[in-house]
Amino acid sequence: MNKVLLIFRREFAGYFATPLAAVFLAVFLGIASGMTFFVAGFFDRAQADMSAFFLWHPWLYLVLMPAIGMRLWAEERRSGTIELLMTLPVQPWQLVLGKWLAAWVFAGLALMLSTPLWITVNVLGSPDNGVVLASYIGSWLMAGAFLAIAACISALTKNQVLAFIGAVVAGFVFVMAGFDLVLSAVRPWAPEIVVQAVASMSFIGHFQRITDGVLEAPALVFFVSLIAFALWLNVQALDARKAA
Amino acid sequence: MVLVETRDLVKQFGAFTAVDDISFSVNRGEVVGFLGPNGAGKSTTMKIVAGFLEPTSGQAFIAGHDSREDPIAARQRLGYLPEGAPAYPDMTVGAFLEFVAAMRGLSPARANERLAELAERIDLEEVWNRRIEALSKGFKRRVGIAQALVHDPDVLILDEPTDGLDPNQKHEMRELIRTLAPTKAIVVSTHILEEVEAICTRAIVIARGKMLADCTPAELLARAPARDPEAHQLVRTTRLEDAFRHITLEQAGS
Repeated sequence: MNKVLLIFRREFAGYFATPLAAVFLAVFLGIASGMTFFVAGFFDRAQADMSAFFLWHPWLYLVLMPAIGMRLWAEERRSGTIELLMTLPVQPWQLVLGKWLAAWVFAGLALMLSTPLWITVNVLGSPDNGVVLASYIGSWLMAGAFLAIAACISALTKNQVLAFIGAVVAGFVFVMAGFDLVLSAVRPWAPEIVVQAVASMSFIGHFQRITDGVLEAPALVFFVSLIAFALWLNVQALDARKAA
Repeated sequence: MVLVETRDLVKQFGAFTAVDDISFSVNRGEVVGFLGPNGAGKSTTMKIVAGFLEPTSGQAFIAGHDSREDPIAARQRLGYLPEGAPAYPDMTVGAFLEFVAAMRGLSPARANERLAELAERIDLEEVWNRRIEALSKGFKRRVGIAQALVHDPDVLILDEPTDGLDPNQKHEMRELIRTLAPTKAIVVSTHILEEVEAICTRAIVIARGKMLADCTPAELLARAPARDPEAHQLVRTTRLEDAFRHITLEQAGS
């Protein structure tokens, strides 16, 4: 566990060693609040809640999380540092977990910087703070799922652009899983149970239930197990490249 | 004492055989030079021994630990300088070496002591707080060596440690390798032939994945073909070059 922490620390500090962190945080907050005020009509709704803020998160993350995750492994492979990392006395899962954790905490930091909005809502009215907290947790978990998928795809290539595009496409499938766009591609050849299974993978579906105030087991289990599965695949991808 | 051993290593990338049945062993106190043309399979062999790649068949051992079955124990005894001496460009030299030391399981006190020793020995003090991306090639290579020596390993695998260094830096690197040699087993790859004479106790010639020679530098010299004293040489070659060309071109012709 100590090694996971060491990897985490190095990676997390890495975000702040370049302007990347500042640029990302500014873009995240800019788009998130732009969406809230202009697209979702935060003031026009005249309601003291934050659903206008959370509504767009699946779409925001679809682009921004791959931007964080694309470099996790592709960069190491391109620069050759992966050879250093993989010949240190550590298990691949420790590397995978440490890197993902750093990206996830970084995403959490971006999310935390939006709390002035929460305070504002509390000043203007009396929102259901339980729902807001649940939504924050749900949003962070969803970000973790996007990041785990992006990390896994990043392990397959040394080209960051390819990693980004791959992660956006994979994320898009998950975001849209409950919609006809994806379901109609599955329905013609798969039995109903598979269609149901795909529909239940929908990020939007699970996230909406959380932001509606239902922070219950299925949605949590869904995101946590998806993260675990993607990270497991990430380890497999590293092992496969070793034998290739 | 045998510290590095490979048995019938084969590595295929698709239909291409990069490493073709390579077996050798290295004892403590030996410095073995891997010689060969570019693309001969030197780096691939080193990557397999270091445990970064898995062989298609065959085995590699570091201090008796199978690099595939028992990778963590093998890696603990190994210091590895990958080709091109990669390091994290956005870290300072000090932060990078501290990271490696911690990952290698050194206690903070031991790490401090060890890093101070290395900084002095490899002349890294003046760049200790500088970012790696701002370093000259020579310093980058030294950081790579320092990284491989942090835990004072029994085995050193150095992939082209003098590549890109100026003559003075090359000389210093060779001296460093010589001073480390008595207590370790060292494998060095190079395509600079004079290096083999300067630092190696043994030379292994590899071309097209196959081992063509495993002998002392003196024996390698003896394999140079007799020179025709009448022949006019456009470019003057050394005896070692003659031997190397003879061995590798003979294979290419066959």
